[in-house]
Amino acid sequence: MEFIQQMINGISLGSIYALLALGYTMVYGIVKLLNFAHGDILMLGAYAGFFILTFMGVTPASMLVAFIFSMTICAILGIVIERTCYKPLRTSPRIAALITAIGVSTLIENGARVIPFMGPNPKQFPTFTSINYDVFGINISMVQIVVLGVSIILMVLLNYIVNGTKMGKSMRATSYDMDAAFLMGINVNKVISFTFAIGAALGAAGGILYATAYPQVQPYMGLMPGLKAFVAAVLGGIGSIPGAMLGGFILGVAETLTKGFISSKLADGVAFGILILILVVKPAGLFGKNTNEKV
Amino acid sequence: MLKVDEINVFYGTIQALRGISFEVNEGEIVTLIGANGAGKTTTLRTISGLMRPKTGSISFLGQNLLKCDASRIVEMGLCHVPEGRRIFANLTVMENLEMGAYTRKDTKNLKADYDIVFHRFPRLKERIKQIGGTLSGGEQQMLAMGRALMARPKLLVLDEPSMGLAPLFVSEIFSIIKDINKAGTTVLLVEQNANMALSIANRAYVIETGRISLSGDAKELAASSEVRKAYLGGK
Repeated sequence: MEFIQQMINGISLGSIYALLALGYTMVYGIVKLLNFAHGDILMLGAYAGFFILTFMGVTPASMLVAFIFSMTICAILGIVIERTCYKPLRTSPRIAALITAIGVSTLIENGARVIPFMGPNPKQFPTFTSINYDVFGINISMVQIVVLGVSIILMVLLNYIVNGTKMGKSMRATSYDMDAAFLMGINVNKVISFTFAIGAALGAAGGILYATAYPQVQPYMGLMPGLKAFVAAVLGGIGSIPGAMLGGFILGVAETLTKGFISSKLADGVAFGILILILVVKPAGLFGKNTNEKV
Repeated sequence: MLKVDEINVFYGTIQALRGISFEVNEGEIVTLIGANGAGKTTTLRTISGLMRPKTGSISFLGQNLLKCDASRIVEMGLCHVPEGRRIFANLTVMENLEMGAYTRKDTKNLKADYDIVFHRFPRLKERIKQIGGTLSGGEQQMLAMGRALMARPKLLVLDEPSMGLAPLFVSEIFSIIKDINKAGTTVLLVEQNANMALSIANRAYVIETGRISLSGDAKELAASSEVRKAYLGGK
């Protein structure tokens, strides 16, 4: 029973990592950039939700408004960050873009500390009073249901966008071969912007969910989930969308199982231990791309 | 139709093309032949906007191509099938063709064009739902050509369509190129297989270390001792 209980906790947490890992993996897939500012988008998304829920109170309708508002704001921010910070470096060595991403991350975190409505101090995130359901002796909270439900809806939506729409197909084409996409007349800049927007919107939704599960917002809140989502993306095979989803869930479960059965102090260690292990054993990740070339 | 005038193209500080000029007229098959590294692929990449010349001009149907972005170039009817085919190996055959039709706005005519492509390449129809990467080399070349045809090109630019293909496929691909040309599409062809290229082309240009060294009627060039010695394995 205890095991199943921890599994459910883990899947709920893992779905947040999965949402965030999707942003990492999609951006990497298309511009080969590890966008280390992605965790900070989670923070900004959580703050955007915080403002809406503080003003409107917590109701199902205000939650919906919070998601839409936060995801829209962060999608726009994602595009702005890409256009101003990463686009000028598109043909530079990837290490330059990577360092820029770390710079953007530092800028957002410390920027948030000085912005009047945000500030350096943690704030209580308004959430609904959670009801606990007892299902055959397993305790499932309303928060967990909302987190998992919203995540699954967003992933199904993403799956449709990526596989069913022209933009999604162009994204996959561009991520496979940017020059060939260019030769098809695909507007590569538009595709890249769209990818950043989608990634940031998923990160923002993850931010609200994270703040609902751990009801607090503060400028550095994106750091840890951001790094763990990065581990999840690498675990799943960076660049792979199903990999990021699976990686997120695995990481969430591994973390809660460690907390539940070994020691809660070890949870972060296990998460990063997985990163080291995967890099040593299977650097391409679970769904790593085959780079076989056919002659 | 296509007029390339004195283009100079650089990779960093290294000059790849030195004042290349040539023309392609409507209805023709024109081939650029030359050794490895002579600048054939660079020439094509510059025409389709992947690279920009430092000086010189390129015009297509009377318009300055250097002022057009990639999607505009494709919309105008210049489609480039790159060296090594470069199909989207992670997309299905159908999705690859859809990407070829990316710039098409007349979506109601698309169905007929898919049929034309499937008629020309029946193997693609059999493999319509298959992932591009699982096709054989010859099928990938067909997909790359079919994908370009979906844009309704007026000028089809082919870079090494025979590369790495079995001899049987090579002759099949070349007869398809001839058919496409007969159906009204002008073709600019780059080939290492100079024999094959000269046999189907109307005119040819020989590129040597970034310059056009010879040009003329394809049959005459194929007969010239200079070309025979350098590119056709003759004496």
